[in-house]
Amino acid sequence: MLPLGMRSALVSLLLLGILLGAWELSHPGTGAGGAGSAVPPPSQILKHAASELADPFYDAGPNDKGIGIQILYSLARVLAGYGLAALIAIPFGFVIGMSPLLSRALDPFIQVLKPISPLAWMPLALFVIQDSGLSAIFVIFICSIWPMLINTAFGVASVKRDYLNVARTLELSPVRTAFSVILPAAAPTILTGMRISVGISWLVIVAAEMLVGGTGIGYYVWNEWNNLNLTSVVFAILMIGVVGMLLDLALARAARAVQYAE
Amino acid sequence: MTIKSLDDPFDPRSDLRHGHGCRCASCAPAGDAPAALPASAETMIDRAVESAIVRAVFDHHDAARRRFLQLVGGGTLAAALGAVLPLEKVKAAVKEAGGPLEKKELKVGFVPITCATPIIMANPMGFYDKHGLKVEVIKTAGWAVARDKSLNGEYDASHMLTPMPLAITVGAGSVAQPFVMPAVENINGQAITLHVKHKDKRDPKLWKGFKFAVPFDYSMHNFLLRYYVAEHGLDPDKDIQIRVVPPPEMVANLRAGNVDGYLAPDPFNQRAVYEGTGFIHLLSKEIWDRHPCCAFAASSEFAERMPNTFAALFRAIVDATHYASKPAHRAEIAKAIAPRAYLNQPEEVVTQVLTGKFPDGLGNQRDVPDRIDFDPFPWHSMGVWILTQMKRWGYLKGDVDYKRIAEQVYLASDCGKVMKDLGYAPPKSTYAKYTLMGKTFDPARPAAYLDGFAIKRV
Repeated sequence: MLPLGMRSALVSLLLLGILLGAWELSHPGTGAGGAGSAVPPPSQILKHAASELADPFYDAGPNDKGIGIQILYSLARVLAGYGLAALIAIPFGFVIGMSPLLSRALDPFIQVLKPISPLAWMPLALFVIQDSGLSAIFVIFICSIWPMLINTAFGVASVKRDYLNVARTLELSPVRTAFSVILPAAAPTILTGMRISVGISWLVIVAAEMLVGGTGIGYYVWNEWNNLNLTSVVFAILMIGVVGMLLDLALARAARAVQYAE
Repeated sequence: MTIKSLDDPFDPRSDLRHGHGCRCASCAPAGDAPAALPASAETMIDRAVESAIVRAVFDHHDAARRRFLQLVGGGTLAAALGAVLPLEKVKAAVKEAGGPLEKKELKVGFVPITCATPIIMANPMGFYDKHGLKVEVIKTAGWAVARDKSLNGEYDASHMLTPMPLAITVGAGSVAQPFVMPAVENINGQAITLHVKHKDKRDPKLWKGFKFAVPFDYSMHNFLLRYYVAEHGLDPDKDIQIRVVPPPEMVANLRAGNVDGYLAPDPFNQRAVYEGTGFIHLLSKEIWDRHPCCAFAASSEFAERMPNTFAALFRAIVDATHYASKPAHRAEIAKAIAPRAYLNQPEEVVTQVLTGKFPDGLGNQRDVPDRIDFDPFPWHSMGVWILTQMKRWGYLKGDVDYKRIAEQVYLASDCGKVMKDLGYAPPKSTYAKYTLMGKTFDPARPAAYLDGFAIKRV
């Protein structure tokens, strides 16, 4: 009997094969008017992917760049918005978590702002900030800040009383307590918040770039949609999935690093 | 068609009396050798200067000029004129009109539709370079974004819809900011496309309950569709539904049955035919022949702060627009603007639109050379017509000073000057009467025109 890991990998491959095979076979083929109006088969998408990935960094002017450059633009925007959000959310969440008063007072604001869709922010951002690039970054910032804020506050608030009592008996300064007791204890929860946020940022960027255009993977999707080119759109969807997965993996690894046994 | 006023003035056979667009018997397109047109803008300007001087000398007595030239020859006249007038210096001065450019690198936005042809083609075909500019043409996701990026100064100038600079200037649907529209991008070029399942419903009276899409509220598409159905007795706000849908989403929505049809810019009408999803019910030129559609616009602030740059950009656009107006250039233009960086459409579809040789989805192969045409002159009367329709459908409230707004926004006299500089003959007046579906529009009496409609919101 093979080990579990091998067996699950085999089942995954089998499922993928069945899925792609059924998809390929269900394609009506290149009949009159038929091929244009159907979702392209995997073989066509693979062919397209190969040609796009063969030269991912070409630059043919402001409106036509390789998929690699587009993804880098998107990643840069995501990291800028997400980084800003982390810079603000984590210290602020810390404060909220330490103070039950602030926590209760700010809760209604967070609850109202949290569920607002990124696209609803876009017109306001464009109007106020007057710069489409910064607007996209702002939209990522505003959408990725909440999970980090809430998780940090929650993590800090639920640090075990025992730890704090020990810190008090050892007469640690408040700053020292924060850094050597609360932060390590809350770190796994904070990291979980950061992981949720990076997922949201990556979701938001595509929508934001479809609106403001110019560069990025969202612009790529919009540009190919303009041409009703589903092959490119499906290829872009796969790329978005892969990059999103890599971002998530990176944070999962970071989360494992801060995990500690009691 | 050749431009007679650009013929060699030193040639006794040439005729300087007739302008661009002259329809008299001797100007009729048949038999004219296109070679008579100067090849580059430089020679065109040279020609225009020579022509103007020779015409000034002979004071419009063209017959006298021809007799004189037959007698002494063109070279003698040129030499004689050169002796009293530094011809070369005059030519150089005209070319440099306006002095040094304040800014050479510009950003110009466009929405990827065939209406943007002159703005786009000026890039790959070198019209911006020719006028000393380095222009980045930036693809924009929709009209609202083009408006916002123009308002906030990210774009120095932009492709817009002809009603947009009027609407922005009066603050309808945006913050009020004075905009100017020096040139019209294209005339005609739109169509009403219906879903193939409606092939038997060609009579608009059968359209009750239909859902239509237009690209933007402040668009000729919206106003022409409203006009068309209202002339057939349907109230566009009650009997049909009109939605704003971005052009790229139109074909997909039509296929899904979310809309029954649209009045939209090309290539999305032709694209629906190409995809087998829709058919072309009516070209917009059949509602109003030579109607304006898209525009080239910039904020007044840019035009005033950088007059020389603005003028150079303006000249490049007028130049490109005239180049695009020649049917012989259309196939070459389609090739230049179809790639991914510009329209990102199958070249075949773009060629069908620009050359006017296209299948209509009903089984006919049609040949309409001016299906889309290019004429930059921003008639004030066009502005007045648009404002009457904005008023008619409730986009403008209160008293409207039609003429004042149109004359503030549409830079007809400036465009006329640029056309003249480049050697094209502008119209003499900036107002004209139009006939739309048998009804005459008199720009001098907009209020009376508005009163004449049975279906309206005022």
